[in-house]
Amino acid sequence: MPIILSTDLIVYFLIAMTVYFSVGVRREGTLRTAWHELKRKRLAMVSMAILAVYLGVALLDSIRYRDAVVDGNGAAVRSAQGSTVYSPQALSLLDRAFAGSRLDTEKTYSAPFAAHLYTKESVELADGTVARDYPELKHPGGHWLGTDKVGNDVFFAALKGVRTGVVIGAGTTIIIIPFAIFFGVIAGYYGGAVDDIVQYVYTTLSSIPGVLLIVAFMLLFGGSGYQGGFISEKDLAAGVFVPNDRLFWLCLILGITSWTDLCRLIRGETLKLRELEYVQASRAFGVSGLRILYRHIVPNVMHLVLITFVLQFSGLVLAEAVLSYIGIGVGPEMGSWGNMINTARLELSREPVVWWNLLAAFAFMFAIVLPANIFGDAVRDALDPRLRMR
Amino acid sequence: MLTYIIRRILYAIPIVIGVNLLTALLFFYVNTPDDMARKILGEKNVTPAAIENWKRDHGYSLPSFINGKERGAARLTQTIFFQKSVPLLWLDFGRSDRNNIDIGSEIRSRMWASLAISLPTFTLGVFLEIVFAMALAYFRGTYLDLWGVVLGVVMMSVSALFYIIGGQYLLGKELKLFPISGYDHGIYSMKFLVLPVVIGVLSSVGVGIRFYRTVFLEETGKDYIRTARAKGLSEGAVLFKHALKNAMIPILTNVVVSIPFLFYGSLLMETFFAIPGLGSFTIDAIQSQDFAIVRSMVYLGSLLYIAGLILTDISYTLVDPRVRFE
Repeated sequence: MPIILSTDLIVYFLIAMTVYFSVGVRREGTLRTAWHELKRKRLAMVSMAILAVYLGVALLDSIRYRDAVVDGNGAAVRSAQGSTVYSPQALSLLDRAFAGSRLDTEKTYSAPFAAHLYTKESVELADGTVARDYPELKHPGGHWLGTDKVGNDVFFAALKGVRTGVVIGAGTTIIIIPFAIFFGVIAGYYGGAVDDIVQYVYTTLSSIPGVLLIVAFMLLFGGSGYQGGFISEKDLAAGVFVPNDRLFWLCLILGITSWTDLCRLIRGETLKLRELEYVQASRAFGVSGLRILYRHIVPNVMHLVLITFVLQFSGLVLAEAVLSYIGIGVGPEMGSWGNMINTARLELSREPVVWWNLLAAFAFMFAIVLPANIFGDAVRDALDPRLRMR
Repeated sequence: MLTYIIRRILYAIPIVIGVNLLTALLFFYVNTPDDMARKILGEKNVTPAAIENWKRDHGYSLPSFINGKERGAARLTQTIFFQKSVPLLWLDFGRSDRNNIDIGSEIRSRMWASLAISLPTFTLGVFLEIVFAMALAYFRGTYLDLWGVVLGVVMMSVSALFYIIGGQYLLGKELKLFPISGYDHGIYSMKFLVLPVVIGVLSSVGVGIRFYRTVFLEETGKDYIRTARAKGLSEGAVLFKHALKNAMIPILTNVVVSIPFLFYGSLLMETFFAIPGLGSFTIDAIQSQDFAIVRSMVYLGSLLYIAGLILTDISYTLVDPRVRFE
């Protein structure tokens, strides 16, 4: 029984977009030239490969379904009406692939690859005497990055953060792209009162410092449990377990604060395009305004969208961690690097120091942000080097 | 010049009003006073009478935007919007929802702590960024330049939280150079300020160096630089006497806009280092769900940002006379 959340749709859309562009680069055109330039940069290609791995993990974590409940004999349990009974929890493919890491919990902290717990306990020795010693783990050597305070596998927790990071980094921009294109293009093309209104709206919105607008929005809407996607009221009433992750809200709100830059860029580009000969020519032929926008303007501002998309990605991933840390990020039951850092914030001041929680979160975050930065720069240089100054 | 400044300030007025309306819409209409009362009094076991009481005590009992019971101008003035949000226009912040403290005086006393940490961080940061950026531009195309850029990208890819937590651990706990967090007034605050300033500079310097390096490279590619070199000027003279002056325009956009915002401090640094500034004031208000404070701080932040934009435009006309004639 599949369950699709609104944030899953973002990941699917991202995959579809990647496929679309990888097909698109084979055709003639600006994309093809840009791709050829990109291909010559080894560092950008390596970064792309790493980003693809992250995207793959996010996809695995976004395909989820509920299992049928089975009884002791392995037969599916049927309800009184004869329909199959499903478990309330929808596990993703990632959860299933790493079932070992997810379920093999220890008692408390253990170091990476350790065979013993990190804290001393009273252990009964073979001869019956009791001594203070480090007890053996239930799964010695099985936790590649150790376990956290409640004994959960750190490697798995960091993996669960991948989807959150990717959804925030990509979903935010995806949600706002249509609005930014629409308003930017009509403001630039029609000018006059339309331009004034659009400019006024985005100047006003961008005058409110982003983090404060996010604070205000999260304080007001963060509590609502809407998940979007294909979960019906019936499912919820039947007890389907969906944590209030606030992820969709966070994307929307971050989007509202970040669409102004893209809108301003597109407006400026449209102002330039409007005066070009081929646009003038189609206007002289009597082509309607909307058609000109659709056929000539929008395709020619798409490179700005692509550049903004990759350049904003890394900043948004970093912002997620900070927001979760302040307490206005994704919900606490949601796996995210910000939440990992938040729960582990005091572990460096305890004795002996527990470092693997923080290090795992920071390392996973660094390993996606660095390639995203490098790849973003390369894409921008390939598509529009003039933008480097912004 | 004066008319330009006046015109620029007049342009800002509709934006300030827009921000005011937007915050009022968010805090009074989307999130009604009833919701606020319920959040503050506790979600469960709250009687309608208690909500009414709370609203009356805190001045939220009026209608949000239009009061149908009154006549004439009072239809608009006897509303929450007019009583609570319009006074923000002349910086009357009112009282907080929870402890009934005077937000305005709190802001005035706390902003000095914010300034004590953000001003040195900012000036030191900008100075270092420009120095390193000029050095990279001087050695452009060499391995030094390449590795400088790589280091910049790596530094900007590391989360700010890492710098803070790592810095506190390494410099505060292990090497015991500075106290880990805390604040004191006057000259005694010095020892508490060093660590946050060092960490603040470290966490922002990567982005800055990269940006200013591009600025300088852009500038050194221009014709007048070629002329200066052809005259036989040394590369240093070209960079300092010619490129730096012209690079001031993009540098100013980047720098001046954030100057008013220094009063606001940093949300993250102040909570980590227990600095009693405006940033931690906001965070505390978020955690205790004090909407009056959050609303005031959102409005104040926007005001400072708009002030920054106006200052940027004015400083433009000072460094670039061409702008004045547009």
